[in-house]
This record gives sequence, structure tokens and C-alpha cells, in this order.
Amino acid sequence: MNTLWLIPFFPLLSATALILSGGRMPRQLAALLGAGSVGLAAISVVMVARTYLAEGEVQQLTLWTWIAVDNFTPRIAFYVDGLTIVMMSVITGVGFLIHLYSIEFMWEDESFCRYFAYMNLFVAAMLLLVMADNLLLLYLGWEGVGVCSYLLVGFWYRDPLNGKAARKAFVVTRVGDTAMALGLLLLFTELGTLDIQAMMATANSTWQVGDTLPIIATALLLGGAVGKSAQLPLHTWLPDAMAGPTPVSALIHAATMVTAGVYLIARNYELFLLAPPTLQAVAWIGVLTLLLAAFTALAQHDIKRILAYSTISQIGYMFLALGVGAFASGIFHLMTHAFFKALLFLAAGAVIHCLHHEHNIFRMGGLRTRLPVVFWSFLIGSAALAALPFTSGFYSKDAILLTAWTAPGNGPWLWAGGLLGALLTSIYSFRLVFIVFFGAAQTEPDRQPGWKMSGPLILLCVLSLVGGWFALPLAGVLPNKGHAGISHVVEYISIATPLLGLVIAYLLFLGKQVSIASLVASPSGQALQNFWLNGWRIDKLYDTLLVRPFKSITHWWRNEPVDLLYNAMVTIARWGHGRLVTLQTGELRWYATSIVFGLVLLLAIMLRNAS
Amino acid sequence: MDGLQIPLEHILVLAATLFSCGLMGLMLRRNIIFMLMSLEVMLNSAALAFVAAGARWGQADGQIIFLLILSVAAAEVAVGLGLVLQIQRRFKTLDMDQVNRLRG
Repeated sequence: MNTLWLIPFFPLLSATALILSGGRMPRQLAALLGAGSVGLAAISVVMVARTYLAEGEVQQLTLWTWIAVDNFTPRIAFYVDGLTIVMMSVITGVGFLIHLYSIEFMWEDESFCRYFAYMNLFVAAMLLLVMADNLLLLYLGWEGVGVCSYLLVGFWYRDPLNGKAARKAFVVTRVGDTAMALGLLLLFTELGTLDIQAMMATANSTWQVGDTLPIIATALLLGGAVGKSAQLPLHTWLPDAMAGPTPVSALIHAATMVTAGVYLIARNYELFLLAPPTLQAVAWIGVLTLLLAAFTALAQHDIKRILAYSTISQIGYMFLALGVGAFASGIFHLMTHAFFKALLFLAAGAVIHCLHHEHNIFRMGGLRTRLPVVFWSFLIGSAALAALPFTSGFYSKDAILLTAWTAPGNGPWLWAGGLLGALLTSIYSFRLVFIVFFGAAQTEPDRQPGWKMSGPLILLCVLSLVGGWFALPLAGVLPNKGHAGISHVVEYISIATPLLGLVIAYLLFLGKQVSIASLVASPSGQALQNFWLNGWRIDKLYDTLLVRPFKSITHWWRNEPVDLLYNAMVTIARWGHGRLVTLQTGELRWYATSIVFGLVLLLAIMLRNAS
Repeated sequence: MDGLQIPLEHILVLAATLFSCGLMGLMLRRNIIFMLMSLEVMLNSAALAFVAAGARWGQADGQIIFLLILSVAAAEVAVGLGLVLQIQRRFKTLDMDQVNRLRG
């Protein structure tokens, strides 16, 4: 019996139960349902993965036909190959750990039930996204995770700022989603199907490499990916999305949803291979985003915003990998990033949880001895993020950088950009570690994380360390450009850069050999600090270019100029009524007399005309 | 035709005079019953004109129209008197200048 449908079914069932309970379910039961359903899904994924690894066959399951209009017949059907299994494992595995962690993190929240309902719904939608065998079902999951992201970013909706952040996340990703919907329409009209495998086969037989149509179609899909994965120029929503609870940031805005764009491109890689200019664009978007976000992360002082910019930057690496044709390396980095970034977010959440919701890193400090588990988690996570040798991030990022070097045309430039990004990554991650966990204590923690929080942290630590040795079942599923025959100098430089970053961070933020304070205090330093703190003022730019003109147009239109004509008719009729109503006096004799005079007048006119 | 023939003009002058009397009555009287009576006079003057014209041209149409006017007048009086009763009951007066509540 094919049990694929069970995987999204468990979280969906649990979400439904939690929603129907209307928040009156006891916490213990809600926690059991919420985390347990994801755990069951994870077990199902393990079983599916074992079958796949043993037999190496793609597993498919058609549940029913969703819509049947002429030859447009998308089905509710699943398609599970190596790529899907990697994604499902990350979603359910990391997802389960985060759900477990959430039980303790959210225990005192009054909307405990609602939280788990949203989270389970998200997991179900995300699973649907990666398991879909056609692009329309994928789009359903895509929008589903968007809605859940909106609901969870605005989870503490009583603060209007959180609602604003949620709206921003929704609207900005909607820009990309619109492009993606157009892409789907174009693909369907041109290729006649949305089933991914059939579509790619048709595309390969009808289109040549470099044709215009595949370039347009993939560019539209790329628009969707850019929006969802928070890449330039649609990245502005992710830092604000940190308004949600921290485990949400770990699950949705680091490990799973934001990597959906990477998955989309990898899933449709044959289309993208037909459009080399789009792939070039993917690579350059990746490099520019990773640099921009890394510079911004240097200047932030909110612990979650640093991690958010770091996420944008790391997804930039994944885009770079996809753009240079290293699809498997991109997915590999997606997985290791899910491990270490979830670890970092959960550790940051533990710090925030234990320090009365303190977000500012300059009011932390000296937590090394006070929160040892969190410290080691953060250290390991940062090491993997900075790609220090032998951590998981090292293997994936190294593969990406080396493949970038071999990219035809401007390979070395892409490589240099990635390398500079790696240096910055290392500096900002260890800046975070040194400021938060070393130095003088500023705020005393008022509690220690319990086992539900430490357990996931420790497991994720292990994954972040050994994740680099996993062999992903991607051979034959995704092409991967090798990086053989590169001079060893390039390799050594790639390895040494993060270590250099660590040393710089040590000198600047811990050793105090170089005074960072005087650097920042100088006028140009201050200007630069401000510029980066505001994320290159891109929010401001969009505000001036888009938001404000839009608002003034709506302001102008709110008086409804088109309605003026109709309103004028109403006004004239009213005015006439006001005048004419005085004629109706109720005097019967007055009416009779008027009729007589009218009659006389008419007669006079008729007689005059007759003569 | 032999015998005394009344010229048509005389009858029409009579009808016009009757009509004017009725019209004056309608415009000048304030009592609703007198107004209704003036209305009857006007109707009958028109009927007289029809009959005279019918006799003058030797056609039956004039008499048919007279019958029609007669029945219209009867119906009108039936409704009119009903209204008069209601007005008397509600307003305790038949003065139409007092009964002017239906105004804008």
C-alpha cells in the first residue's frame, strides 16, 4: 500500500483538530497533537526514504483529479524522488525538533493552541509544496505557506507593528507570486501541461537552448523564487518578519519556507538549463544579495535581525550554486543551512526566553558561563555558518565557491564575491558570539532552558557538525557540475577566509587590539554604520519610489472622481425635488385653478396655431 | 325634419354657459359637496353638447357618449360621496381649505 499521502495528512489532521477545538484544548493535548503529528510525519518520511534508498525508484501517488477542464487536468498527486526526500526530511526532521522546542518556548502564551494549529498547517502546506507532481499543486502549497507565514509573523497581533510586519511579508512576497502565476500560465499555454516531469520533457523537445520563451518563463518563475526566498530586490520583508515568535523564525524564515525558491528552481532545473541568461541572473542575484545582506548584518544590534540578514545571505549562496549549475550543492547547502540556522535561531530564542525578551545584543554579554548549553549551541552554529573547517557549512559552502570559480565567463568574479561574503559571514557570526557570550554580564538570566529546549539544541548541534558527511540521494535526480582540476591555491584561500574572519572578529570585538568604537565614532564610520543598520536604506527607497506614490494616488482616488458624474445627477435631482415640493400645497382649489389656467393656456396656444 | 328646430349654436352657448358656471363653482366654493355638484354640472354640460351635436348630424354617437358620461358621473359620485363621508368623519369639516394635510 502506498502511504505517501500520510505524510502531509498527519499535520493537516492535527491542524484541523486544533482549529476546530477553538483554543479550548488543554495545553498537554495540544502539545502532544502538535509535535506528535509532525513526529509521525517524520517517521513516515523515514519509511519512504528507506524504500527509495533500497529500490531507487521514484514513488508516485495520484489521489484524485483536482480540476478537469478540457485538457487542463491537474491532479492531486505526489511525486517523490531524491530531491523531495531531502526536502521532506528537512521539513519534518527539523520541523519536529522546532515543534518540541516550541512546547516549552510557548507554554506560557495564552494562544498556545492557535500557535500549534498554524505551525501544523504550515508543515502540511510545505510538504504539499515539495511533494506536488504538478506546478499548480505546488502553487497551492506555495500560497499555503505564505498564508501561514503571514499568520505566524503577526501571531502577537495585539501589537500593531507585528501586524504591519505580517502585511509587509505577505504583500512583498505577493509581488513575486504574481510573477510566478504568470509564469505558470505561460508554461501551460506553451507546453500544454503543468505536470513537472511531462512539462520538462515537452520543453526539451520543443525549445532550443537560448530561445526567448524559456527565458521569459524561467524569469517569471525566478520572480516567484526571489520573493519567497527573500533575495534582491524583494528581500525587505524577511528582517521585519522576525516580529513573530522565534521558533517560527527558525522553522519558516530560516529552515524551510524561505528555501522554497531554491527548491522551485532545482525542481524545474531542466527549464532553467534551457535559459542560460536566467541562470546567469540567478547567480548574480545570489552574489549581490549575499554581499548586501552580509554587510547589513555587520551593523545590526537586534540578535534576530542579524540572523535574518544572515539567512538572506546564505540563501544567496544557494542561488549562486543554482546559477552556476551546481544544483546538488545548492540543495546540500539548503540542508546544512537548515540545520545550523535552525540551531542558531533556537539558541537565540533560548537567550531571549531566558533574558526577559531582550533582543539587543549590547544588553546581553557574559552569558558563556550562565547558559552553557546555549553558548555551545551558538558557538557550533556560528562555526557552521562561518564555514569553519569540518563543520557542515564548510563542506557545502566550499563546494559552491569552488564550482563558482569554474563557471564560464565571469566565474572568478562570482567566486570573489562569494569569498568576500564568507569573510563577512565569519566576522558577523563571531561578533555575535563574542558580544553576547563573552565580556561583562549586562542582564542576568532568570531561568535555564528545560529539556524540551536543550534537547533539540543538542540534536541540532550534532547535525550541524556531522551534516556535511551526509550523502544526499541526488545522483541522477539533479545534475551537479564538478569542480575538478582547480588549482589548490583557490581551495586553500576558500578554506582560510573564514579563519581570517574569525581572527578579525576576535581582534575587533574581543581582544580590543583595534578599537571598533573609534572607527564607528568617526563621521564617515557613523554614516556607514547607519547606512548598513537600515539595510542600505532599501526600505526607504521602496517607500519613496512605490509606497508613497501609491498612497498619494489612492488618497486622490478616495474622493472617487469617476463617481462625480453620478453624484452630480443625484445632487441635481435632490435640488429639483426641493424646489418642486413647494408646489404641492395640499390646497384642492389651488390645484383646480392651476389646471384651469393651464387648460386655458393650452387652448390659447392651439387656437393661435390653428388660425 | 319639420317642426321647431333649435339652432345648434344656441345649445352650444347654453352648454358653454353651464360649463363656466360649473367651473366657477369648482374654483370658488370651499365646501366639498358643492364642488362635487359643480363637477356634475360641468359633466352634464359636456353631455348636452354631445347630444346636440349628435342630433344635428343625425348620428347615434352623441347619445352613446351621453350614456357613457352618465355612468362615469354615477361612478364618480359614488366614490366622491364615500370620500366626503370619510372627510367629514376625520376632520369634522367639509371645508377643503382646512383639509390640506397632503402637502410637500
